Formats: sequence, C-alpha cells, structure tokens
Amino acid sequence: MRFERREHRSTALVIAAPLIAVAGAFAITGILIAIAGAPVFEAYWRILTGAFGSRLSATETLTRATPLILTGLAAAVAFRARLWNIGGEGQFYLGAIAVAAASAHIARGLPSLVQIPLLFVVGAAAGMLLLLLPLWLRLRFSVDEVVTTLLLNFVALLFVSMLIDGVLKDPAAFGWPQSEAVDAAARLPKLLARSRLHIGLGLAVAIAFIVYFVQSRTVFGLQSRAAGLNPSGAAFAGVPLARTLVIVAMISGGLAGLAGAIEVLGVKGYVTNDLSPGYGYSGIVVAMLANLNPLGVVLAALFTAVMFVGADGMSRSMGIPTYIADVTVALSLLSMLIAVFFTQYRIRR
Amino acid sequence: MTALIDILGSAGLWAAVLRIATPLILGTLGALLSERSGVLNLGIEGIMTFGAMIGWLAVYNGAGLWTGLLVAALSGAIFGLLHAALTVTLGLSQHVSGLGVTLFASSFAYYAFRLMVPVAGTPPTIVPFQPLDIPFLSSLPFFGQAFFTQTAPTYMAILLAVLLAYLIARTPVGLAIRMTGENPHAAEAQGINPMTIRYGAVVAGSALMGVGGAFLTLSAFNSFFPTMVQGRGWICIALVVFASWRPERALFGALLFALFDGFQLRLQTVLSGVVPYQIFLMIPYLLSIAALAVMARRARVPQALMQPYRRGER
Repeated sequence: MRFERREHRSTALVIAAPLIAVAGAFAITGILIAIAGAPVFEAYWRILTGAFGSRLSATETLTRATPLILTGLAAAVAFRARLWNIGGEGQFYLGAIAVAAASAHIARGLPSLVQIPLLFVVGAAAGMLLLLLPLWLRLRFSVDEVVTTLLLNFVALLFVSMLIDGVLKDPAAFGWPQSEAVDAAARLPKLLARSRLHIGLGLAVAIAFIVYFVQSRTVFGLQSRAAGLNPSGAAFAGVPLARTLVIVAMISGGLAGLAGAIEVLGVKGYVTNDLSPGYGYSGIVVAMLANLNPLGVVLAALFTAVMFVGADGMSRSMGIPTYIADVTVALSLLSMLIAVFFTQYRIRR
Repeated sequence: MTALIDILGSAGLWAAVLRIATPLILGTLGALLSERSGVLNLGIEGIMTFGAMIGWLAVYNGAGLWTGLLVAALSGAIFGLLHAALTVTLGLSQHVSGLGVTLFASSFAYYAFRLMVPVAGTPPTIVPFQPLDIPFLSSLPFFGQAFFTQTAPTYMAILLAVLLAYLIARTPVGLAIRMTGENPHAAEAQGINPMTIRYGAVVAGSALMGVGGAFLTLSAFNSFFPTMVQGRGWICIALVVFASWRPERALFGALLFALFDGFQLRLQTVLSGVVPYQIFLMIPYLLSIAALAVMARRARVPQALMQPYRRGER
C-alpha cells in the first residue's frame, strides 16, 4: 500500500474527519459493550441521557468540561510548537496546591475581586514553573521533554500528597489527607444557582478564543507554529527559537496550572489526592481530537466530558465498567489520528 | 551511618534488587529494540499494564504461569502491531501514537479486568512463580540468598539481555536493525526492507514489554490492581537513553536503578516518622530525570529515530 499527498484538502473532508473518527471509535466500543452482554444502543442512549438528561447532569457535564478545556488548550498550545508537554496532570495539581496554600496563608481576608485574580496568577505560575524545568533540560542538555514531563507528573502528585498529609493538612478533616479549605471570598461565583457550575466555564471558553486569536493573528502565533513545523527553517528566518519555546511553555504550563486553580476555587474548595480524574492526561486527548485548534478544544472537551459523566450514569444502571468511557476516548484519539492522516494523504491505486 | 551499611550488607536487599530490576530489564530491552530500528514506543506504559492484567487473568482462569507470560507477550505484540501500523505504515507522529496506545491499552485493561473480575473487598490472588532452587548455588551462605533465590523469569530476563546484545551487535539481523535505525535509505539500497525491519522490531519489543508487565502480577505480586505499573514504562524509556541504546548497558542501568530503589525502600523503614514517605517514593522518578540529564548529550541516538520512512521521499 502506498500513499500520496493530496494536492488539495477539501473543506468537507476536514470537517467530516473528526465525525468519522468518533463514529469509528463508537463502533469498536459497541463491540466491547456487546461483549459485556448489554444492549449497545440502549447503552449509548443512557450515556447521552446520563450527560444531558436532567438539569443536574447537564450542569455536571459542563462543570467537568471546564478543566478539560484548559488542560486541552495547554496541550494544544505546546504541541503546536512541538513542545511535548505531557505533564499537564502534574501542573494541574501544582496549580491547585499553590492556590490552596496561598489562600490559606497569604491571601486570606482579601476581598474577592483582589483575591481571586491573585490566586489565578499563583496557580498559573506554579504550573509554569513545573514545565520550565523540563524545558531547561531540553535546551541545556537536549533531554527529550516527553519523558521528563511524564516523570514529573509522579513527582508532583507525591509532592502534593506530602503537603496535604503534612504542613497543609486540614486538622478538621478527621485524619483524611486534604488541604484546608480556601477562604470563602476566594470561591468562584456560581453560574447557575443550585449546581456546581461556576464562572470558570465562561473564563475557559474566553481563554480559548484568546488563544485562537493569538495563534492566528499575531507574530508570536506564527513564530510558535513555525518553530514547530520546521525549527531550522524558522531559526533561519529569524525566529528566536529558545525564547519562543520558553513563552510557549509558560502559556502551556500556566494554563494547566490555572485549570487546577479554577477546579479548587470553583468546585471543591480544597485539595485532595483525587482532585483530578486524569484531567491532565485527558487534556492531551482533547487537544488531539481538536486537531490542536483552540476553538475545537472547546468542542472536544465537551465531548470528553459527556463521555465521562454519561458513562458514570450508564455504568450504574447497566453494570458496564465506567472505564468504557476511557476506552472510547482513547479509541477516538487513535481513529482521529488516522482520519487526519487521510485528509492529507490518499491511497495510490 | 551504620544503618546504611547494614542495609547494603543484607542479602535481602540484593535479592530485592534483582526482583525490582526484572520488569525494568524486560521493558527497557523492548523499548531499546524498537528504538534501535528507529521507532520510539511510548505505548510501553499501557502495554505493560495490559500484559500485567491479561497474564494474571489467564492464570486466574486456570492457565499455567508460563502460558500467562506467553499470553502477555502476544497481547504486547498485538499492541505493537497497532503502533507499527500507525507509525511505520502511516508515518504518524511516534509521540502521539505511542501515547494513544498507552491510553487505549491501559483503559482497555481496566475495563476487561472489571468485567471479568467482580469487585471484591480483597483482590483475588493467584499462586505466583516460586523461587527457583538451584542445587549448591542457592544454599551458599549470603550469596545464595542474595542472588540465587529468584524466580525463573528473572534469570530469563538477564539471559535475554545478553542474547539481545549479541543479536544487535553480531548478527546480520542486528546489522539490518541498526542500519534501519541510522539510515533507512541506505538500508533499502542494501536490499533490506526498512518497513519489515521496523515492524519486526516494534512487535518483538512490545512483546517483551508485555512480559515485563506480567512479571509484576505473576512473580513480584500475586494480584492485579489498576495503576500498578506506576510509571515503570516511562522509567524504561529513560533507561534506554541512560544505556545509550545498548542492551548490556540497559541491564546494568536497570540493576543500578533497582539498587537505588531497593535501598530507598529499606531506608524508608529506618527513617519512617522522620522523613515523609513521599520523599522516598519520588526518588526513582527524580533519579531517572537526573540520569537523562547526565547521559542525554553523551548517548549515541539512532540517527533516524522518530523519522518516518516513506519510500521515494527524502
């Protein structure tokens, strides 16, 4: 089998690709559901109603989508510049714990309008710091950042676990390892009363538009894309490679850290060891499903959140393990890769 | 200070080192074989997880322990085939494809495990590999207990490292693999099909990763639980760099790493209450990062690593 590059990428094909990919993933997941002995279409229907069927489930889905938009953007921005930041999970947790610490010990008592933005900055800065180390190792010692960011996820999680079981531990938590609750003034306002949905969603969507604008309309956006597509060519054209990568890393790590900050301030109010059900890793899938397009990230995050929230409900009522959602999302990623390939290449007869 | 010397002098430490090293040796050899042909396989973490699950499941359902290892190897080979199809045939990004394989293989493993084994208070167990009793050697004082009370797969892993070193350095197949990893165009000019070589190396390497994962459930422990691989796959990827892509150094690297790990485990019990246990658990990951920083510049990277090969394209 041989492939040749398509001279022309039709718009219809580019739009159809993700739809075909997701359909393919659903087809394979269907087989797995059938093996589990459950009616396939009913299972899918229950996923959909589980995610949107009631006011509660719909707001829950949107609440879950919020951190995914941010971690998805974090991955998309980095991957655009071929900076393989797989450390979103660690950056998320570090952002979360930094906010918890700052709110409990430094910012406590400040008015909301000062405290919340301040804590956002703190969370983003923590995420940035965790990504700057692997980037420094790459620039200084040419160490592949994939492995270092992956390994730092484990370090960051252990670090957080140490803090919430040690100096930051809430004495009123009956011995459970969790941080002290953040100041009431630091909690994000709700978007809808009687739900967990908070203004973080609006913020995340707004950031997606800003990232889109920066990437498509500014010199820096062009430079970061050029640095990814062809580093030596970009350097020859006068793009400051190292500086571009540092800024990209700060944006990427900052967004992942901000995701952690927003999750703490918006949903839980404190940090535990299971604050994130893998938001950092899912962000990578979200970015790839969106083909690294910042606006696509919003849709892909929504899709992923629907799968996770919907599968929770479906699994309770039909006895299918919740992991089916992770399988579907992973399969969507793989089939998306193949679909994107065929928008660029065709099989030569 | 005397506590440290006591630890180093205990036969138990050295026995633990070999046990900790075994999955790392197998995983590192698998990743190394694949990378020598030019393909980075980040599917390793998921392939090890799946191997751990399916090997255990096979034995739990009545298969023999060796059959369990074989099943794990086969499952690894299948995921390897998937990774090869994406990266060799289609020439997609090896980073992204590998991560996709990891996400798929691990979530599939958890799904299958939950489906086949109902939730229970205590996880169900199997009877794992027992230490091999080697006549004379096992009964030596100290040395016997330190080095000759391992299970059969551990000796197999060490033997495999030696065999793979020979295969890569001294045989025509090894030469073909190295050539494909350095310059696939030159390999093709020599009548070698780089596609075939890469498929073979990725599939065989992934089978080794599967066995490495299965060692965890069939020898080191006796049950399976999610997230039990704990980043060992990523550590293997780091060890390949540390080993400068050479099997004999991979063996050494895995043993050295396991020595540090076994040492920190024992230090943890000595210093419990003084230093938070999380500090000790961080050590293996920090050590891997440090090893990468020290070795990355000096290591000889296969020149065509991560470069897809398309016939007739430059």
